[in-house]
Amino acid sequence: MGETANNSGLRLKTGLAEMLKGGVIMDVTTARQAAIAEEAGAVAVMALERIPAQIRAEGGVARMAAPGKIREIMAAVSIPVMAKCRIGHFAEAQVLQELGVDYVDESEVLTPADASHHVDKHAFTVPFVCGARDLGEALRRVAEGAALIRTKGEAGTGDIVHAVFHLRTIVRDIRALGVLDEAELFARAKELQAPHELVRSVARSGRLPVPNFCAGGIATPADAALVMQLGAEAVFVGSGIFMANSTDFAPEEDAIRRAQAIVAATAHAEDPKAVLEASAEAASAMKGIGASALAGAQLLQTRGI
Amino acid sequence: MPVRHIPQPVVGVLALQGDFEAHRHRLAALGAVVRLVKMPDQFREIDGLVIPGGESTNFLRLLGGQGMAALRACVRARPVFGTCAGAILLAAEVENPAQPALGAIDIRIRRNAYGRQIDSFIGQGRIDDQACEMVFIRAPRIVRVGPRVEIVAALDAQPVAVRQGTAMAATFHPELSDDPRLHEMFLGIVARNFAAARDLSAIDRGAQHPRTA
Repeated sequence: MGETANNSGLRLKTGLAEMLKGGVIMDVTTARQAAIAEEAGAVAVMALERIPAQIRAEGGVARMAAPGKIREIMAAVSIPVMAKCRIGHFAEAQVLQELGVDYVDESEVLTPADASHHVDKHAFTVPFVCGARDLGEALRRVAEGAALIRTKGEAGTGDIVHAVFHLRTIVRDIRALGVLDEAELFARAKELQAPHELVRSVARSGRLPVPNFCAGGIATPADAALVMQLGAEAVFVGSGIFMANSTDFAPEEDAIRRAQAIVAATAHAEDPKAVLEASAEAASAMKGIGASALAGAQLLQTRGI
Repeated sequence: MPVRHIPQPVVGVLALQGDFEAHRHRLAALGAVVRLVKMPDQFREIDGLVIPGGESTNFLRLLGGQGMAALRACVRARPVFGTCAGAILLAAEVENPAQPALGAIDIRIRRNAYGRQIDSFIGQGRIDDQACEMVFIRAPRIVRVGPRVEIVAALDAQPVAVRQGTAMAATFHPELSDDPRLHEMFLGIVARNFAAARDLSAIDRGAQHPRTA
């Protein structure tokens, strides 16, 4: 009984992620931004107090958004609403579930609440998405109950280099499992620090057990087309739509055009003509921060591995 | 002697966004020739269309006015099967909130009618009085059924799959369950429609392909 209930729960959780495939999930901080995102064709919005570029610039402790803010955003749109909790902060996750958000992102963008444990996501009805940089990390999160994986990239930079590295690493790690025999899979599971059963299932199917999206530094339509062609099944865009730079919001008309353009480029990623049209339409992009200029302690991706 | 080529209908799956891969797998497993379609000009190259689950607001934005006009022409001339967001697109009227639709089936449909994701569920419904597992994800509900609409499946005596002419819609996701009956039913409609169109065009002018009609 327990196993069956759990299995149907996971099917519903990954089922919603299936519906988001090929789409763009946009970070928003107000009901107005959420409405713009929906109108532009976002498949979901991520409700936040501050956008990652602002968190990076302003510092301080980044926590779950205020419930009032999330409620406002939920009331403004008909598409799914996600919200972030701190890594390991299961009480924030409980609050978000109680609030009725459609997905919880246990996110390295917020300040971690637990230095060694993630949330036991099996204990929740609401589905979770978690970030990962390689296959081992992705499968550890799946073992904990994540129903959707996204690359970590380096949030709030507008620099795609880390997301590309993480996506390529995950895809290559998966491909490499295909040539291993049964004995080698045990050794590989040990190296990946992931459950053998999950490693074996990935070796057999050639894919993650849950959908695999891309996040962290996507700022232009061509960025979205790049990661979709590298194997991402959908994209999260954080700072790239509503920010002009690390501290200022972009003019609303710019944000609308960028949002529509990134949606079009994601849907038509393999059609350069369509990506060209979208790129011309977007006209501007956030200034961004070169991720190579960041010192180790400034990286968000090394949180909760 | 050359082998005579037997034409087979091509089933398109609208692949702008959503779980179009799940539909493609199911249709291919049932032996159909499947093509993913995104652009309006591709709608003329198929003999039936599946509109998958996803976000209907995204479909509307990506299709735009021109795409919707092409899609409307497509679903008038060819069999179509929409699930969840696809069913919303095929309805005559949409509520919560109101939005444009194709009017291929005379139903009124309410978006997110069961609640949010935590209210998503797997239920046991009936197709032809036989049990059927049904996956509902932030699902819509059919709130009005027109007189010419046939109820194909029900859950708790409420319609969850309907048919009018060659158009079918389900508010749940048969592509996410093992039960292939609704896809089989749709492929049956596509095959009969394709054969009938070929017969007609054969009478008309011999060589003309039905898709050009």
